[in-house]
Amino acid sequence: MSSWSEGRRPLTLAILALGGEGGGVLADWVVAVAEQGGWYAQNTSVAGVAQRTGATVYYVELFPPAEGDAATGGVRREPVMSIFPTPGEVDVVVASELMESGRAIQRGFSTADRTTLITSTSRVYSIDEKMAMGDGRVDDAELLAAAGRASKRLVAADFMQMAEDAGSVISASLFGAVAGCGALPFTREAFEAPIRAFGKGVESSLAAFAAGYDAATEPPAAPAPAPVELPMSSWSGASDAGPARPSRAVEARKGHREEERRRIAAEDPGSLVGPGLRPLAEQVRELPEAARSMTLHGLVRTAVYQDASYAERYLERVRRFAAVDPDREGEARLTCEAARHVALWMCFQDIIQVAQQKTRRARMDRIRQEAKAKPDQLLQVREYLHPQFDELTDSMPAGMAKRLRRSRIVRRTVQAATRQGMILNTTSILGYTQLSLLARMRPLRPRTLRFVREQEAIDRWIERALGVAPADGELAREIVECQRVLKGYGATYEHGSESFARLMDAADELAGQDGAAERLAALRDAALADEHGHELEAKLPKAPAH
Amino acid sequence: MAERSFTAEVQQLRHGAGTELHVEGILAVTKALLQSGVAYVGGYQGAPISHLMDVLGDAREILDELGVYFENSASEATAAAMLAASVHYPLRGAVTFKSTVGLNVASDALANLASGGVKGGALVILGEDYGEGSSIMQERSHAFAMKSQMWLLDPRPNITAIVDAVEAGFELSEASNTPVMLDLRLRSCHLHGAFTAKDNRRPPMTVKDAIENPARDVSRVVLPPASFQHEQEKVNDRWPAAVRFIKERGLNEVINDGASDIGIITQGGLYNTLNRSMELLGCSDPFGNTQVPLYVMNVTYPVVDDEIVAFCSGKRAVLLLEEGQPDYLEQNLNAILRRAGVDTALHGKDLLPVAGEYTSAAMTKGIAAFLQRYQPDLVVHEPALLLDRDDPASPFASPVDPAAILPRPPGLCTGCPERPIFSGMKLAERETGQHHVSADIGCHLFAINAPFDLGATTMGYGLGSAGASALNASGADRSTVAIMGDGGFWHNGLTSGVGNAVFNKNDQVLVVVDNDYSAATGGQDVLSSHADTPLRSTQHPIEKAVRGIGVEWAKTIDNTFDVTQVRDTFVEAFEAKDAGPKVLVMQSECQLNRQRRVKPEMRKALKDGKRVVRERFGVDAETCTGDHACIRISGCPSLTIASNPDPMRTDPVAKVLDSCVGCGVCGNNAHAAVLCPSFYRTDVVHNPTARDKVLVRIRSWWMRALSRGLERRAARFEVAA
Repeated sequence: MSSWSEGRRPLTLAILALGGEGGGVLADWVVAVAEQGGWYAQNTSVAGVAQRTGATVYYVELFPPAEGDAATGGVRREPVMSIFPTPGEVDVVVASELMESGRAIQRGFSTADRTTLITSTSRVYSIDEKMAMGDGRVDDAELLAAAGRASKRLVAADFMQMAEDAGSVISASLFGAVAGCGALPFTREAFEAPIRAFGKGVESSLAAFAAGYDAATEPPAAPAPAPVELPMSSWSGASDAGPARPSRAVEARKGHREEERRRIAAEDPGSLVGPGLRPLAEQVRELPEAARSMTLHGLVRTAVYQDASYAERYLERVRRFAAVDPDREGEARLTCEAARHVALWMCFQDIIQVAQQKTRRARMDRIRQEAKAKPDQLLQVREYLHPQFDELTDSMPAGMAKRLRRSRIVRRTVQAATRQGMILNTTSILGYTQLSLLARMRPLRPRTLRFVREQEAIDRWIERALGVAPADGELAREIVECQRVLKGYGATYEHGSESFARLMDAADELAGQDGAAERLAALRDAALADEHGHELEAKLPKAPAH
Repeated sequence: MAERSFTAEVQQLRHGAGTELHVEGILAVTKALLQSGVAYVGGYQGAPISHLMDVLGDAREILDELGVYFENSASEATAAAMLAASVHYPLRGAVTFKSTVGLNVASDALANLASGGVKGGALVILGEDYGEGSSIMQERSHAFAMKSQMWLLDPRPNITAIVDAVEAGFELSEASNTPVMLDLRLRSCHLHGAFTAKDNRRPPMTVKDAIENPARDVSRVVLPPASFQHEQEKVNDRWPAAVRFIKERGLNEVINDGASDIGIITQGGLYNTLNRSMELLGCSDPFGNTQVPLYVMNVTYPVVDDEIVAFCSGKRAVLLLEEGQPDYLEQNLNAILRRAGVDTALHGKDLLPVAGEYTSAAMTKGIAAFLQRYQPDLVVHEPALLLDRDDPASPFASPVDPAAILPRPPGLCTGCPERPIFSGMKLAERETGQHHVSADIGCHLFAINAPFDLGATTMGYGLGSAGASALNASGADRSTVAIMGDGGFWHNGLTSGVGNAVFNKNDQVLVVVDNDYSAATGGQDVLSSHADTPLRSTQHPIEKAVRGIGVEWAKTIDNTFDVTQVRDTFVEAFEAKDAGPKVLVMQSECQLNRQRRVKPEMRKALKDGKRVVRERFGVDAETCTGDHACIRISGCPSLTIASNPDPMRTDPVAKVLDSCVGCGVCGNNAHAAVLCPSFYRTDVVHNPTARDKVLVRIRSWWMRALSRGLERRAARFEVAA
């Protein structure tokens, strides 16, 4: 009796997809191709709530026809096929998303001795990743490396992008890869037949199919060193940021661009800013080389935010960090992070800034592009705004704001008026006029209540960091990085401010202790762990009993 | 209108004898019913047999031609009670629902049916929702078969075997005057395979014939003294008749007996996995030519004592494969063998998992252990899954870092009208404090997970309100909250929940999610659906129903996407001092179904050159500070995160994907929760009118003019891109 271990076995495919991605259609297409070729084909799936955006596995077994005929006289006339994928025995694994390929590996479906693993490098983030207050995304470099380790052949590409480019859905591009990877003995025409028979969106599906097919027929990667080298090179150059992060093309590009900028910043810093900032930019040469590019970013940002003298004030602040940086010749991380976070804080999001961002031409162009609108096509952009009483008074001259805030009648009237929020059509004559007028109130900003308050807070923060810098440069940098918790608007912003205050208190306590920097970093992560401050509360050193 | 249409597929039901059909399990079952001359069909939707109901609905024309009556039952109890038509009349009837939850609901009717017995074949098709992908508690239908004495078929997962089981089921039912349950396992429902069709048969007697010729037999009514007689009939007449039929027809299979002096007994539904396990170990082949004798129980209840004794006698040891717990079959087999004095060693749950799904990995391990113990020479190959986890060749040897794999629980779809209900409720609770929330069954139950984290218990379909009935104390500073979907409401919630709360003066706030369909089960119509369907009576408002049963305080919100209104209404209900239940009917159409309706209309309008406005939402990456507060009160699949394009910032920003349907919840949430000014809505006008074209020119000119100063100033500082 010829046996399983001698190769008398069906071809097996496991398709891991998310609800609504067309995994079922893909499985049906594979079955149709096989049956057309005279093979026995069986396809099962798990129905139900798993398909409401959850992860679902479709499982297909294909058994060749010749052996089927030869089997007459056996217990069964048809091959007995399994309804479960068996760990270690799956020939082709298709994952519509990178984390799902990780799940296939975890479940033992994709193995180095057997499996052709076709995975999209795109990510559909899980709710935990999306909800984090900071960056909760998992390490997709690890996922990709694992895909390399746990497959005989890996076909990894952005099948989602291919589908979008073709105006189709991901099941079509993945089906192309199934056809192209060579694991199933059917011709390309045979694979295309069910798409043609499907009737819906045939042309775009075939285009996506072709892109997937080509991705899978490219020469395979060298077998399995980790981290793997992959044929798709577009995302593999994240410079010093470590191994490639496939779904983070933006980070990769940012890394590239930063590298380029660093080089230019060393030679010709003036070329990285507009004409109005050239003299200031030249002064960047006094800063550690590693921090120059970031400082130039900050100069442009603060100048556009307010004016050239504000940028000068920014540079002055950064300079003070450079003076105490323990690693001036090397990475200069203290100066770099100060250059980053001082600029971000100095450009706090007030009403004037939001109005400016909303009225920039680049923004309107981007929205047109996103909406794929033609130049002559009418497009309306409606902003969901809800300025609160505090935000409004924040944008008024300090004296007036304080008076208004004392008046309960004014507060109530404004609150009643703003409770529902407003929807403003930026693309209308009136809406755009209103917003661009607000943006033009910029010169008044230095006299606003908020501006005064923020500058005081920035100074306290800088003094605190500079105070510890000589003794503990790492702690100084961690203090600087605590600016990250100051985000959001309204209640979220208030919560961030509270967290920030507690972090600063903790920093004072920690100063002079061993591992102060690490502990502050851990507290900052805790502050970003939930929006109620529970995690931070739990991790803060307990206040002494009264 | 159901989620999936089978109008094309049902045409296959017309094929006659000899045609080879390549179909899904549920379609094969429908065809088998028609081939069996079924007279009436009913059922209640629920995975994994929702599609069976949808197929039947779409096959209406064919059913009508054959004189077959079909109804969408109000509940599983209703469906089971339908089978009463087979008590006095020789009508073949079939009902279907998911199990074990459906059997729980139906068991009153089924117990009465099984007591008096049936004249016409009565078949209950169970969608066994057990194992991976299941949405319910993990229990066995077997218990119901035993307690009411109904027969349980568990055919091999093979389309032909399933079709044969339907036909045999009717005959068995008639031969033994007992209702028969056909267990369709989760994966069998969606199994794609082939079988050879027979001709459809018109029922020899239709329901119309029965109505026009009423019959009764008081000995079949469950009332003393007949009820005592029924119990005697069950064991003295019906059971032996069933055993006789099963043996004569060879419903259970003995395979390659004599090949060895050990054997394996399996539930039919596990047969394919068993053969695969033996293939992996090298003692069977793809065509089932096993070297270990098998006894395949395609009927798992009743157990045929003679067959068990015959199979086990003379064998050193037998392994029983029985999925789930308790181990009813193992206990039964032990009793049979002991009574017969057979000393064959019987193994089962000592070598296989006591609880949980019998996957190929679980079964291969158990079978390998059995063979190693009794006949190790049969194990000629050791599949990789048997290796130690640390072994480099184990399929689990190079697992991925577990921290990189996060759970992906099911959630509310893009544009779901239930999302703003929970957003609004969370926002209301910020003002009023938290409440005890009693949840129900349905899509809304996904709110128990992140990001909403609302809902403490779920006691069953339609029991959301009843689940909060004990938490009713006068003088408490707040009410409890109960949630129910429209599906559960009409299933039984109106009486078990609303009526109960009125009668017992419960002050709870009850939310009824009215999304026009029984959405979680696949979008079937219910009494309150807005659809105008020629076959069913719809458009019966929920508020009218609750007022009819005595509710004084009831409000209907007809646009749940208005988060501010939802929030304010919640606050109002929480603060209301009125006695008795406060009912909030939250009404907006299920987006999955809406899109299915709207998309083709829009495509057509575009094609016809009509002015069409397409809405979608976006987030300004510059304005977004990356705190993701918007995600924490939404959880929309289309609202996600993206790498921050800003060279100075690292945390990802919020992003709206192309899959956005423009429901507006993110914008409304931003308003209601006072989040941030980053959200905007884009309305793109397709096929613009002349007015639109003029407008776009004037506006572009104005915006260029006004932005000139701003851009010129920025250009002094920025490098031209």
